[in-house]
Amino acid sequence: MDFIIQNILNALQWGSFYALIALGYTLVYGVLRLINFAHGDIFMVGAYIAFFLATTMLGPSFGLSPFMTFVIAVPLTMALTACVGVTLERIAYRPLRRKGAHRLYVVITALMCGLILEYGNLAVLGASRLKFPDLIEKSIWSVGDVTMTNLKVIVIVAAVVVFIFLNFIVTKTKIGMAMRGISYDKFAIPLMGIPIDSIIVFTFILGSGFAGLAGLLFAMSYPILEPFMGMIIGWKAFIAAVVGGIGDIRGAFYGGFLLGFIEVGVVTVFPSTYRDLFAFSILLLILWIKPTGLFGMPQSTKI
Amino acid sequence: MKAFFKGAGLLGLMLVCSAFLLAGCGEDKVQTIKIGFNLPLTGDIPEVGEGSKNAAEMYLKDINDAGGLDVGGTKYPLEFVYMDNESKAESATNVALKLIDQEKVVAIIGPNSSKQAVPAGGTCNDNRVPMISPWSTNPSTTLDRPWVFRAAFLDPFQGPVVADFAAKKFNAKTAAVLFDVSNDYSKGLAEIFKTSWEAKGLGPVVAFESHGTKDQDFSAQLTKIVSTNPDFLFVPNNYNQVALIVNQARDLGYKGPFMGSDAWGTPDLVKLCGEQCYGNYFSTHYAAAGAQGATKVFIDRYTELYGATPADYAALTWDSIGMLVEAIKNAGQVYSDPVEMRTAIRDGLAAIKSFDGITGASKFDAQGDPIKCAVVVKISDDGEFVFEESVCP
Repeated sequence: MDFIIQNILNALQWGSFYALIALGYTLVYGVLRLINFAHGDIFMVGAYIAFFLATTMLGPSFGLSPFMTFVIAVPLTMALTACVGVTLERIAYRPLRRKGAHRLYVVITALMCGLILEYGNLAVLGASRLKFPDLIEKSIWSVGDVTMTNLKVIVIVAAVVVFIFLNFIVTKTKIGMAMRGISYDKFAIPLMGIPIDSIIVFTFILGSGFAGLAGLLFAMSYPILEPFMGMIIGWKAFIAAVVGGIGDIRGAFYGGFLLGFIEVGVVTVFPSTYRDLFAFSILLLILWIKPTGLFGMPQSTKI
Repeated sequence: MKAFFKGAGLLGLMLVCSAFLLAGCGEDKVQTIKIGFNLPLTGDIPEVGEGSKNAAEMYLKDINDAGGLDVGGTKYPLEFVYMDNESKAESATNVALKLIDQEKVVAIIGPNSSKQAVPAGGTCNDNRVPMISPWSTNPSTTLDRPWVFRAAFLDPFQGPVVADFAAKKFNAKTAAVLFDVSNDYSKGLAEIFKTSWEAKGLGPVVAFESHGTKDQDFSAQLTKIVSTNPDFLFVPNNYNQVALIVNQARDLGYKGPFMGSDAWGTPDLVKLCGEQCYGNYFSTHYAAAGAQGATKVFIDRYTELYGATPADYAALTWDSIGMLVEAIKNAGQVYSDPVEMRTAIRDGLAAIKSFDGITGASKFDAQGDPIKCAVVVKISDDGEFVFEESVCP
């Protein structure tokens, strides 16, 4: 029993990261119908931004306590990562959109932007791994054979809170209505007096900001940073978003946790060598039964 | 007209690009001995490439400051070409081909890790170019490959060393293993260890789990391992993964000791892993602390030049170059044709029966593999690698 509970906790933590990243994919797709393949790398940039903020604030010139650093680093990381996302939108995606380029070209541009971020990082910072400093004092709680760290709780809570927040924004606010409107008909929306560019920028702020948060939490949980850390997890989170039904906030959230549970579950039952083989076979089966994903609806307003 | 300029521009661009291709073709006036290095300068283990390159630069400076390498009465300067294999198997074979066909090197040193050395060794053997891997311990690297040599001991030796040490030191009856399934080195060593542990008859390997190279979360595997309650956990992985595995295992309530292999031995291990790694043991090629003689001279010079203690791969690279130099001397003459020179070097390498390097003395068996001693090292409470014991075959 303890063994099962422990694995559920492991899956919840791992799924939280998939969910947080998948939310960013789904937001941008929901509004622009654009698969922002650079998202995993924005997550990586978020982790690096958090690293530099944390080391600066812990350093002698500021000398803040680790906890204060954490409190300040969360909003700052989110804000700075959001700037990176918005910059990408301004210099890469918007010019193409203005010229009426086909979505395919924008997706390829996104892929290239991701590679530029990865190799730019490699060129500037070198290939050496960075060690993320400890920001909150780790405490390990154990009940029976089940162990839990405070960091795990923070990660899981953060994923749930972000989901509830985004779901509220998209379904209950005016700006959320505008976002849904753009995905419905992006030619009619400007005629209604809605500033389409600002809404898109806002979408990127949300998506990239939470990628930054995910990067910070990830760096705290797995404190080794490298330029390619966002690649695999980004792809997997994208798959999670598709399985959940891309464009749907709930889909990204549940899809992320589903992937986390499947990956951990496969290792629990089968030899760990088969993890990805089994995990993705199960996901393939889900898409085979429901090609639009769990929450997706064919040809409807998405987001 | 516009189309014409566009076409002319494209043509110009292509000409400029092809000029880069030709850039490597310039003829050297002085006859040099050109040696290629196939190193992981980026990717998963950049520290390893860096250390090897540093050691090579030091050796190169020594030789060339003395006017070159004395072969048969004439001095030939050495020329080293470093190329990055990104710690990837496919890039390592590309780099080997590039060094052979484009740079026309007479011998290749590297790749370091077996993950790259096994495939690159095949490429070098097929192209009849002598290759020395400094750090690769997997038997397949040199097996049935007359053109491939190495400076390190082999995993069939290292596996039992680890098993014997753990049985004695931890009084262990049961063992668990967590290895990287996509890494030839890690997988091979894990399997050899499993066989040698079970052969001892003390107890079973209670958990034998694996993960992928890019994985960051090992909680599922570790939960499984912790629930089987092993006496120690053997982690034959690269240092970057070790740092994550050790910390996550402790978070999941694992209290027992860890045992590592030679891939642990980098200064980055302690930097990334922190205090959690202190007090654990790993097998390796040499221990920097307490070294004597030529080894100490090398360590002191390296430390002065680069501000860090040389890790085992740096020392092994130094020895690999030493072996190569001896092989060139054995050849007795420098041919201007790289193909002839390669054959002469291979014969020269095969003629080396024993070699006294800074990582210890070694004898070579029929396969061209060195037979030499291994060292078990403890990570002390200040994060230093301290000599624990030496095991000789």
